[in-house]
Amino acid sequence: MDIVRNFPLFNIVMCLMCGVVSSVFGAKQAKRLSLFLIGAVFFMNIAVLAFVAKEGQYTYMMGHFPAPWGNEIRVGMLEAVIAVFFCAIMFLSVLGGEHYIALDIEDAKSNLYFTMIDLMLASLLALIYTNDLFTAYVFVEINTIAAGALIMSRSNGHTLVAAAKYMIMSLVGSGLLLIGIAILYDVTGHLLMVDIHRRVEVLSRTGNYQLPLTVAMGLISVGLAIKSALFPFHSWLPDAYSYSTPSSSGILSSLVSKGYIFLLFKVFYRVFGFEFILDHKVTNILFFFGVAGMIAGSVMAIYQTDMRRLIAFSSVAQIGYIYMGIGLSVSMGTVAAIFHIMSHAASKSMLFIAAKGLSDVSGDSKEFSGLKGAGYRNRLAGIAFLVGAFSMVGIPLLAGFTSKVYFAEAALTASDIKMEVAMVALAISTILNAVYFIRAVIIIYTPHKYTDFDQSTYRAPKTMEIALLCFILLNIFLGTWSNLIEGAIQTGLGTFS
Amino acid sequence: MGNLWNNYYEAVAVILFGIGFTALLLHRNMIKKIIGFNIMDTAVYLFLAAKGYIAGRVAPVPDGPDASRLVEDYINPVPSGLVLTGIVVSVSVTAVMLALTIRLYRRYHTLDIDRITMLVKREKFKE
Repeated sequence: MDIVRNFPLFNIVMCLMCGVVSSVFGAKQAKRLSLFLIGAVFFMNIAVLAFVAKEGQYTYMMGHFPAPWGNEIRVGMLEAVIAVFFCAIMFLSVLGGEHYIALDIEDAKSNLYFTMIDLMLASLLALIYTNDLFTAYVFVEINTIAAGALIMSRSNGHTLVAAAKYMIMSLVGSGLLLIGIAILYDVTGHLLMVDIHRRVEVLSRTGNYQLPLTVAMGLISVGLAIKSALFPFHSWLPDAYSYSTPSSSGILSSLVSKGYIFLLFKVFYRVFGFEFILDHKVTNILFFFGVAGMIAGSVMAIYQTDMRRLIAFSSVAQIGYIYMGIGLSVSMGTVAAIFHIMSHAASKSMLFIAAKGLSDVSGDSKEFSGLKGAGYRNRLAGIAFLVGAFSMVGIPLLAGFTSKVYFAEAALTASDIKMEVAMVALAISTILNAVYFIRAVIIIYTPHKYTDFDQSTYRAPKTMEIALLCFILLNIFLGTWSNLIEGAIQTGLGTFS
Repeated sequence: MGNLWNNYYEAVAVILFGIGFTALLLHRNMIKKIIGFNIMDTAVYLFLAAKGYIAGRVAPVPDGPDASRLVEDYINPVPSGLVLTGIVVSVSVTAVMLALTIRLYRRYHTLDIDRITMLVKREKFKE
């Protein structure tokens, strides 16, 4: 079974290789290769998860250079769970939007779309598994390039501008991240997370270099917050999510921003140590912006008349939830945040694909006025949208409800003022979520005679139906079997630092 | 002030970083934004290189007439490696940004991102 230890590195290399190979393939082969790759990575990561559950965490040395000199991969429970989950979401997003990728992208270039998907997966896996800050930076940039290409792959004015805005904000973020890492390296003399942590502890004891450390921490946090679209930095998000092809929207909203948040967790827990973070009150700032994002994102979503922009603005609110969870500065808050990463990913990519399915049967309308009764014309997409919307609002048995329960539980253990603010914000945000999502659900289920549409000739793409069914099941699984996952996150987080 | 003068490489690097950062964020012209991004990244490389340099030592290439040198004679090689990696990364990002700019320019005949945004808003979104 020792061969399983090699899987994380092997997966990353495999994804990069497949990305390169896809560039000379035709569109069909590239798609098959990509889907096969994601599936293979999924099963290999399940093996890694089983291995870690039995043998415990391990670090994987690369190139036979031992710890302070060489590069490392670190595999623990949490990393494996997140990797398995990301692969599942990625597979379903690509499968669900596969029909539209062929329609939206020029034939000659659609193999390059799958190249970008492969590179995206490689960078996400590397962000999850790496134990080295500079490697993380390099893969952050690969992730940015791949995400930019996924946005602009559908060639029209809107996506080009959205991609330009996304790239600019992302480059601002990664510039801050890079100088943060540079300062951190200069103060501590290490790039491996564990070694930096050791030096930071020594420095905190002696009281030296506290200012540069604080600056580095601030720069890294702000950089990653910009990249993951925390509330005041969300300006690039709605355009990027709402105009790209559905697979891209799903992957961007549920995986790209979450990869950065996971990196932020690593920086907090493994690089600085949570004690240091609490001492420097970083979490309070994140808490403030998270709560602001929860409310502001929902309020902005109410004003949208375009279905996909509504879902995009709801993402701003959900990112706010995640940062609020980190900001509670208790371990349960982090567990809730990680669980919400999963439940939001499962619901949001489903919503994007279902929205496409609904507008497909309404003469490609995205405005609510054109979507009346779409839920009857494309039943499965309607049900999937319903499940996703209910999950985001927080109806029991669905994923979103469970993460809200965890957030509330975490808030109870936090300090008084944070508890009150978090509870009120959760309540207000839930009501606002309900306002816009229930309105959307009512519109798609308002009976409406639609003349331009012939029910008897329309067939929803098979792959989309399969993907939507899996998404619905995944949501229900996350909602009902949450104990299993929460337990895994708890154990993973326990050994994380 | 004394510290600032002693670490003038780092001070200059941070000033350059600020210049590049503001240019990237605030300029409306795409090309100027890309130039700003490059200045910003180069500033970080200057910072890293300055931090890796140790006065009076040479580059860590144990070859040629200097082959008999000791470890103590070399500067820290890690930042140089980081700078090289960083340059590769920023070159590829610059290439992507330039390609994007070309496509925007061909479509809208302007490099001003605000103007492009305005033009796009007028254009009805078609599937």
